[in-house]
This record gives sequence, structure tokens and C-alpha cells, in this order.
Amino acid sequence: MSNELRQDAPIDVAPVGAPIDEGSRLQAFYYAVQECVRSALGSIRSHRMRSFLTMLGVIIGVASVICIVSLLQGLTRSVMNEFQGIGGNTLIIHSETPREDRMIGKWARIRPADLELVKYRIAGISNVAPRTGLNLPGGVRNGSNTSTAQVVATTSWFQLSNQSYPRIGRFITDSDDDSRRRVVVLGEKARSDLKLPENPIGTFIQVGTEWFKVVGVMESRGELFGQNLDDFVVIPFQTGWALAGPWREPDMAITVTVDDLDAIKDVTSRITALLRRAHKIGPKDSDDFKIESSQTITQTIERVSDTITLVISAVVGISLLVGGVGIMNIMLVSVTERTREIGIAKALGAPRSYILMQFLIEAMVLAVIGGIIGIGLGWLLGVVAAKLIPHFPPPAVPWWAIVGATGFSALVGMLFGILPARRAANLAPIDALRHE
Amino acid sequence: MIELRGIGKTYQMGSTELVALAEVNLDIARNEYVALVGPSGSGKSTMMNVLGCLDLPTTGTYTLDGEPVAGLSEDQLARVRNRKIGFIFQSYYLMPRTTITDNVAQPLIYRGIAPGVRRERANAALARVGLEERTLHKPNELSGGQRQRVAIARALVGRPDVLLADEPTGNLDSKTAREIMGLFGDLHRDGMTIIIVTHDSAVAAHCRRVVRLHDGRIVEDQPQ
Repeated sequence: MSNELRQDAPIDVAPVGAPIDEGSRLQAFYYAVQECVRSALGSIRSHRMRSFLTMLGVIIGVASVICIVSLLQGLTRSVMNEFQGIGGNTLIIHSETPREDRMIGKWARIRPADLELVKYRIAGISNVAPRTGLNLPGGVRNGSNTSTAQVVATTSWFQLSNQSYPRIGRFITDSDDDSRRRVVVLGEKARSDLKLPENPIGTFIQVGTEWFKVVGVMESRGELFGQNLDDFVVIPFQTGWALAGPWREPDMAITVTVDDLDAIKDVTSRITALLRRAHKIGPKDSDDFKIESSQTITQTIERVSDTITLVISAVVGISLLVGGVGIMNIMLVSVTERTREIGIAKALGAPRSYILMQFLIEAMVLAVIGGIIGIGLGWLLGVVAAKLIPHFPPPAVPWWAIVGATGFSALVGMLFGILPARRAANLAPIDALRHE
Repeated sequence: MIELRGIGKTYQMGSTELVALAEVNLDIARNEYVALVGPSGSGKSTMMNVLGCLDLPTTGTYTLDGEPVAGLSEDQLARVRNRKIGFIFQSYYLMPRTTITDNVAQPLIYRGIAPGVRRERANAALARVGLEERTLHKPNELSGGQRQRVAIARALVGRPDVLLADEPTGNLDSKTAREIMGLFGDLHRDGMTIIIVTHDSAVAAHCRRVVRLHDGRIVEDQPQ
């Protein structure tokens, strides 16, 4: 095509002043944005080092947010998985002393009588398991080997509501409980701390002042928050209750499984009414117990984790603003450097809005590239940190963190690009052209 | 097509008033080939800025293609520059980082024309100035004469009413200058209206009409 257009007259350029096909406004805007992004990338590419240093503030800011959020989310996820073991239809009843009672030194208790009431007077529930943690003098011992294991007294239903079962041997049975047998089921950590063999069944160990026969070892459950989940021993509930009796009035929690998931609300209110009557609580006084479902527990964890995430993100987000100042600084330098270029663009007919957009987009592209690098770096940091901290769960980068970080970077770029872009757009064409 | 009536331009330099143009009346018809000459300080550059809608006159009226220019907003002036005027500068004023094609296509960006069409038009304009083979080069890979051709292609690409050249041969050797003036001659023959601002009488000699400025006034206006 170039050949026919070359020398000879009726050139493509004539007739003079003839309009060239122009697109719609929307199309024009799209092409302008496209061109601005292209020119921004070109300008960033031609100043690689400077652009990188400019982005550094944003990179560091975003990387810290992503790193912390990913660790926190990973942690929350692993805690949630832990709780998934407890079915959604499990209720936990435990004592909770109202504030006014606590001030006069009155402590609420759940007592065996409450257990009987719940067991026999509430319909539609099963696996009613009491559980109490005992703090016995002497702890858990095997000869000279001691263990810091928590002593849990419960019934056979515990393994169902807690979704954990023995690795070898058996769990506590109802007959163990009824006859207050001195048998013990060990957690894996307790077993190794007591220097017992892999299969310690039949061995006798001391729990508090009494001798107990080992009848089973539970499956290992690993660690959570650096806390070992296998550091416990289980004894029959009645046995434990009798052992604890002389020292102080023990407290307990009751786990129940609701047969029909839809009845959870109904069952909860019936238990509440029953226990309020049993505890002789006046109509205006608050409960001295609390009924939680595993759902409310996971919701609480989620809420706490979200709050922490939000607070930390906000704090670290401030560092992004510092990154924004860096971008503004370089953009101001860039406007001065490119004054001639701006003058040429204006002479060729670039409207104010185009120049404004060009520099805004350049600031945003800088910030967004910084943000994307930051996301990658933050994710990497999270993975490394999780590996370095012992027993830390693998990090998880949620999609909203990626979208949020990118969006916030773009916002920072836009905010801090406004001043330089306005300066560029407001240059008078002849002054800008004359600029050396 | 161009009508200047009583155009005056004064600059405030501290407390003194500098009169750059005073009472200038000038008509330029379509397809004229005009040289605007005069010594430095004669008001040539101010005249060029006013004609090119880069600057507004302090007094008088300027009608371009039947449209009054005075009183237009900055963006409206930009629109006039983009559509009706093709600029050619002494120092070419090309964008150093972009290719020849993109340089030439630049004015079309502001009209919202698709990239493909822009490139096509730019290459056609480049072909017109005899540079169709170097479209992907950067300006610093070209000679001065070639750069000025690129600038002319850029001025032509938007199909303007008038080409406005400010000392277009000022940075070129005499042989290249003659080539560029030859190109202007061709464009004039093709129907283009051309105004060249220069202090070089050899350049002015190529034009069909010479307007001489002195101290902001037209002192001579002669066809040749």
C-alpha cells in the first residue's frame, strides 16, 4: 500500500480537513486508557531501577499485609478443622459465673445432679457425656517419670462427642464408670513422657495418690497453637469425681448430641429452662451456665481472627501510604522531566483530561505492579515463616486479601498520583514546549 | 481561511509591558504557501503561537476556517489544534522512547481512533514523506532530515487545514533543507495550506507569499 501512496499526488492526506472516522465516546475512552497503560509500562520499563525503588514502599507494605493475613488465615483454618471433629449438632454446657456473683466470690458449678437432669428430663438428645478436668496433687507418675498431662474424667460418650478413639486397647466403659474402676486411657504425649512402651496396656501408673491400670492409648491428634493435643489422661468420670471430692467442689462440663439438627434451638431453650429452675435462678437474674454449640465456638474463633486480621491490615496499610508518598515524589520528578513531552502532546491536541489520565494511570500502574510483587513476596514470606515456626500450620492467602491488596494499591497510586497529574495537566502548552 | 483582525499580544514583564504584536491584520486563503519572516524579536514566534492556537491574543479576533478562536477554552483550543493544525518545529519535538509510527500516530490518540487505524494512517503519512521503511525505528536512530520528515508526517496524519512550520530547516544542512523545502512544495501542490515561520531568506524564497514582521507589525506583504 505504501508504494501507491508514495510520490504521486492525490495523497491519502488530502482532501484537507476531511474528518477521519471517529469512534464513540466510550470507545475513545477505552483506546485512551489502553494507550495510557501502554505508555506507562513503557515509561516504567525505561527507568527500571527507579521504578523498582519507587514501588518498594508499596511492595513492602503489601508483602507484610499478605504475609500476616496468610499466617493468620492458615491458623484459623487449622483451628476450624480441629473443631470440625465435633459435629455441628453437639452442645456443650458449662458453668459461667455472672459478674455480680463473681464480685461476691460466688462461683457457679455444674453438678452431677444437673447431669442426671439433662440426661433424663430432656428428650431428643444422646451421648450425654460429663467431663471434668482434675488438678490432683502429685500429678501423673510412672515411678520417677512424671507427666504434665491434664487429667480428664469422663464417660464412654466422650469419644463419640469428641470424635477421638483409642489407638490400642479400649476407652472408658460405662461399667468402669458405674463401679468407679481405677483404669486410665493415655494420650500419646502422656505415654511417651511417662516412658511407657508403645503398648503399655496392663501397666500401672499413679494418678494423684492412687494407682491406675492402663487400658488404652488414644490416637495422636498432633499440635495446635504449639500446644500438644495428646497431653492428657482419661479416667472414668465417677472415679475422678470421687478423687476430686475431698479437695474442693469440682466443676464439670456436659456434652450432648442433639438428634435432630433443626431442634438445636429448641433443645437449648429447654436445657436453659431446666437448669435455671434447678439452680433456682430468679426471673431477673442471669444464667450461671452457658450452652454453646460447636457452631458458636467456630463463629467466635472466626470473629476473633477476622478482627485481628482487620486491625493488623489497617496498621500495615498505613505503611502503604508511605509507599504512596514515594510514588508521588517520583511522579513529580517525572512531570518535571517530561515537561517538554507534555508540551508536545498539548500542541498536538491532547486535552487536559488526557494528560491527567496519563499520569494518574502511570502512578496506578506503578502501585499495582508493586502490589502484585508484594502479594507474591508476602505469600513467599508466609510460607517461609510458617516453615520456620515449629508446628505452625501452612499459610493460606484468601482471595479477598489478593483483591483487597491490589485494589488498595491502585487506590494509593490514584490518590498520590492526583497532585503530579494535575500539575502536568495544568502546564501551559507554550511554556511546556519551551522548557529545556 | 485564516482571518486575523486587529490582533495584539502584550506580555507583562514585571512593571513594563512588552508589545509582541500590535494591530495585525492578515488573511490567508486555502492552499496558500506563506513565509512569515522577520528578525528575532519581531513577533514571529508570538504570531506562530497565536496562529497555532497555542496562545490567545490579548486583543483582536482570529477566525480559523470560519470559526472564531478567541474565547475558546483550553480544551476547545486543544481540539482545534488537533483537528485543524499540523505543527512542525525546528527541533522536531519527537517522543524519544516511541517508534516512528507511534510518534506519527500520536495526534490520532486524542481523537479516539482505534490503534489499528492509527497505525495504518501513520504508515500512510510516513509513506507520503518517503519514510515507509523505518517505521519501527526510534527517532534517535534517524538523521536530522529524516526526523523532520517524521515530524511532517505527524503534522499531516490528522488531515489538518493548515501546516504551521517554525524554522523547519533551522537544524538541517543546506542539502537536507532543500529536500525538506521540496517536500513542502509537493504538499502545497497537493492543495495543502502552509505557513512557514523563518528568518532565512533562502527558505522564504520557496514560498509564494512573504509576510514580513517588524516590531510586532506587518511591514511588508508581497506575493512572489
